[in-house]
Amino acid sequence: MALLEVDNLQTHFRTPDGGVNRAVDGLSFSVEAGETVAIVGESGCGKSVTSMSILRLIPEPPGKIAGQIRFNGKNLLEMSDREMRAIRGNEISMIFQEPMTSLNPVLSIGNQIGEALVLHQGLSKREAEAKAVEMLTLVGIPAPDKRVKEYPHQLSGGMRQRVMIAIALACNPKLLIADEPTTALDVTIQAQILDLMRDLKHRVGAAIVLITHDLGVVAEVAERVIVMYAGRKVEEAPVGELFNNPKHPYTKGLLGAVPKLGSSLTGESTRLAEIPGLVPSLKNKIQGCVFAGRCPEATELCREINPALELKAPRHQAACHYATKEAVAA
Amino acid sequence: MFAYIVRRILATIPVMAIVALFVFSLLYIAPGDPAAVIAGDQATPADVERIRASLGLDRPFVVRFGEWVFRIIQGDLGLSIFTNLPVTRMIAQRIEPTLSLMVVTLVLAITIAVPMGVVAAWKSGSLIDRMVMGFAVLGFSVPVFVVGYLLAYVFALELDWLPVQGYTPISNGLWPWFQNLILPAVALGGVYIALIARITRATMMEILQQDYIRTARAKGAGQTTILFLHALKNAAVPIVTIIGIGLAGLIGGAVVTESVFAIPGLGRLTVDAILRRDYPVIQGVILLFSFVYVLVNLLIDLSYTLFDPRIRY
Repeated sequence: MALLEVDNLQTHFRTPDGGVNRAVDGLSFSVEAGETVAIVGESGCGKSVTSMSILRLIPEPPGKIAGQIRFNGKNLLEMSDREMRAIRGNEISMIFQEPMTSLNPVLSIGNQIGEALVLHQGLSKREAEAKAVEMLTLVGIPAPDKRVKEYPHQLSGGMRQRVMIAIALACNPKLLIADEPTTALDVTIQAQILDLMRDLKHRVGAAIVLITHDLGVVAEVAERVIVMYAGRKVEEAPVGELFNNPKHPYTKGLLGAVPKLGSSLTGESTRLAEIPGLVPSLKNKIQGCVFAGRCPEATELCREINPALELKAPRHQAACHYATKEAVAA
Repeated sequence: MFAYIVRRILATIPVMAIVALFVFSLLYIAPGDPAAVIAGDQATPADVERIRASLGLDRPFVVRFGEWVFRIIQGDLGLSIFTNLPVTRMIAQRIEPTLSLMVVTLVLAITIAVPMGVVAAWKSGSLIDRMVMGFAVLGFSVPVFVVGYLLAYVFALELDWLPVQGYTPISNGLWPWFQNLILPAVALGGVYIALIARITRATMMEILQQDYIRTARAKGAGQTTILFLHALKNAAVPIVTIIGIGLAGLIGGAVVTESVFAIPGLGRLTVDAILRRDYPVIQGVILLFSFVYVLVNLLIDLSYTLFDPRIRY
């Protein structure tokens, strides 16, 4: 049994005009204990909504989550609010994209790290503060016993993201969901935070679901990659396989859009490859392949029939009529 | 911080000086001659002149203002024209009922209005929210004396639960004291509750959208903790500000409330003094009210530092 099994997840939002936005539409994937899985895709493809759905942080209404999200075999969507609260921040925790605004400006750092410990592990305020100092040391913040009494506005963006990581890891979660944890940081800090996450992953042994649009980050930390497009999974493969042997035209497009360092010097490429067009509106049920409208290889068949996800190579799924199929061991 | 407090206290001096000048000028601006009033109907012009001289009303404005301010600084607000008692003593005798009324109203308003606003923001758009907002509109639009008479009629005359009017000193026991203050405090607090509840709701609505509220939720914090710790502490600055501003209205409303409920407080003293043109008393009371208002606003500015660590003076 995998640690997390997402089964036919559908997160829909009612729009003010009475329509339905199918932000996530039938997504299935699983995460093994200790594994790092990246979910990639461009803005609006449903990756953040997926992460929020797992912790049930989607406000309902207007949102509505259907399908199953099994954590240790138990369906999170059937849990009471109280049971869910006991999981949040304890067994599953989350790091957000915006370190500048994700910390409460009026509570001390120590207080914010300690809160989950008081809540889930029954520590006293004093014990929680001692543990908070420990956590700050762990995430590499200098002078932790001084910082623990400070407030978010006294820290830089990179420091704040370290504090967010400390909060997320305080209770030794089994699963860490990181929603674009480095997007808002500058490049050198990004590398530090990624190093930190990798290092802590080995120490804590938590599985990580990493949400990102940055393929560089994926290559650095992920073991397996899920490519999402318009609320659906279009491809899934181990990271090396995906980079070397992409099957779905969308994945190929994404990889083609990554700039290569020094390419303008060698004259290899003067212009980045782009994927023409925009993500389709999710308000209407899309007929055929979701990517057909932007796909250079799309045919009549693609516009008529939605290709099912199928194994195209060992441990490599893609949803494309024309993806070449290789020998798949039974 | 200390330097800031000193600076702020020094800054109150010009404010109080302007108030003092205005209050003192009342004597010249207002119609009616106090000397003539004191002298009565049967007085000859010579009598009036004599009284005017004895009150010092015949000397130049600047001289009298200077003397007046000098005496005030020494804590002497002069003698009442009517009772011949020191104004400070008259105020001291009347201050307890007014202070009691203000404190009870303040505590009542905050304990009712803040949770009301918080719940309305949390359940925005729901029936509870609409009820709170409806109550707020009502609180704004119905005058204090209407609410006062209505409450007295229902709860005192018809149901006989509470006394109709009057005041019992706190030295006679806490419950009798409180019993007499419930209706006036509710009547006076209506507008105040409406004001605080609205601001609380508006501020909380905005704060509940913030990223750090999502973080708190992701940590597993319960709804009550999220609302009253994570969100309300962030909303405190605007709420406390409006509590301070509303206090000015409360002082004005106290005058009316004390009349409706026959409470022998500063409000009544003010009304009586105005009716008798007892200028020293009017001046003393207005100065006191202004001073309290300035002081409360200073305390509120200082209290910001308790709620928001980003504010440092």
